Amino acid sequence: MGAVLSFRDLTLGYERHPAVHHLAGDVTEGALLAVCGPNGAGKSTLLKGIAGVLSPLAGRIDCTIASRDIAYLPQAAEIDRSFPIDVYDLVSMGLWHRSGLFGGIARADRARIEQAIATVGLEGFENRPIGTLSGGQMQRTLFARLLLQEARLILLDEPFTALDAGTVADLVALVERWNGEGRTVLAVLHDLELVRSHFPQTLLLARQPVAWGETREVLTTPNLSAARRMCEAWDETAPFCAPEQAA
Amino acid sequence: MIYDYLIAPFAEFDFMRRALIGSIALAVGAGPIGVLMMLRRMSLAGDAMAHAILPGAAIGFLAAGLNLFAMTIGGLVAGFAVALGAGAVARATQMKEDAALAAFYLISLALGVLLVSLRGSNVDLLHVLFGTVLALDDATLLLIVSISSFTLLALAVLWRPLVLESVDPGFLRSVSRAGAPTHLVFLALVVLNLVGGFHALGTLLAVGMMMLPAAAARFWTRELTAMVGLSVLVGALSGVLGLLISYHWGVPSGPSIILVAGASYALSVLFGPVGGLLPRLAPRRHLEA
Repeated sequence: MGAVLSFRDLTLGYERHPAVHHLAGDVTEGALLAVCGPNGAGKSTLLKGIAGVLSPLAGRIDCTIASRDIAYLPQAAEIDRSFPIDVYDLVSMGLWHRSGLFGGIARADRARIEQAIATVGLEGFENRPIGTLSGGQMQRTLFARLLLQEARLILLDEPFTALDAGTVADLVALVERWNGEGRTVLAVLHDLELVRSHFPQTLLLARQPVAWGETREVLTTPNLSAARRMCEAWDETAPFCAPEQAA
Repeated sequence: MIYDYLIAPFAEFDFMRRALIGSIALAVGAGPIGVLMMLRRMSLAGDAMAHAILPGAAIGFLAAGLNLFAMTIGGLVAGFAVALGAGAVARATQMKEDAALAAFYLISLALGVLLVSLRGSNVDLLHVLFGTVLALDDATLLLIVSISSFTLLALAVLWRPLVLESVDPGFLRSVSRAGAPTHLVFLALVVLNLVGGFHALGTLLAVGMMMLPAAAARFWTRELTAMVGLSVLVGALSGVLGLLISYHWGVPSGPSIILVAGASYALSVLFGPVGGLLPRLAPRRHLEA
């Protein structure tokens, strides 16, 4: 299996302050990779970089997957919950690449939309305005939309935060199904038990990469305490990063 | 009797028929635009844009007198410059659009006042400010109807990206580059409709025809398509009723139309089933599930 994503001495950040510092490595096709680390470790920033929302400060990301085949679920989706749109219409947006700007939604597509809604367990919610959904129901709706996108690379930023156990179990099953279909999934997660039981590979990030590999070798006590020690400082007077540090 | 009150004014007078067609056409174009503006939290942006158009129209007026072509072009140029400038700054920098819009329209307004005073003439801008819905000539009527038709066509084409950009701009960015152009086209449509409106209602009241029906419609339905239809209906009825009130009581027509729209807004606030005041004060029994 070839690499779908290669980080080459990648530095991502805001206003020249690095949030992900000198990351190098490959994500192979079909990987199920958890991205873990303390708050401020650069996990979300890394996903933004891959999704193309943020440009690297240095280094680069080589991605063999076209941007239309990448699906990105941000941590705080900028969804206007007061907008008068129902679950069905929001989910149907996942067909964007088939319907495009103007195309109609064919009968077969309607069946797929209904199926996606059923898969995430929201049958009967089709006509509910999104403003009336609970947090878990909203997340299920967004997963139904992801389902329709049929992306080869799926980026999930804290997809299970603030959800109950049942919802998490359902959505994790969906993630495993995607992975079984050969799709590459990167998920930012905080629940280490969940990572240990469902994600074969883990990248432990604390601005610099702490460890990256098999989950049980990465999520060890020394690694986790090393990650916690790395500070979150944003130093206005920090010197320019010296090039030899890169190695 | 009813005929005398409701139909006769339009049957007997050509200028009333023209005013009727003009205000209904305005309602048809401005209705959907107003709903989208409201849902995108841009209700006040329309007002800012109306101020931005004013100097352009005034310069056209200075250059060529009460000339439809010159004033329309002037208004469009000023409106587009402000809308596209503010839109572009908001997209390209960290500044939010409302702040950029405020900056641009204030510059436009000051520039307009400066240019007008340089000419040293004390222009009567009442026409631009308050419009002349009872004196619409063929060319103006044609302009208004064309703008409405074009608006409907453009919205039909851009509806999906426009809705998606309003609900979930992040998702649209992740699947398509259509977001920025769609938004700019939308701003251009706002300007077009305001320019169409200012010939009939004046720049300030033109915003009323856009926002009041939309704000009223929000209280009656949760469904977007119905909201748009309702907004057009409220706008058109406000046109009819406003013209009749203006005819029978001899009051200015532009403000009458907007006041009728305002009254329908007030009624909606009070009685609207979707979050209206009275339904909230008199809650019905809750359901089992």
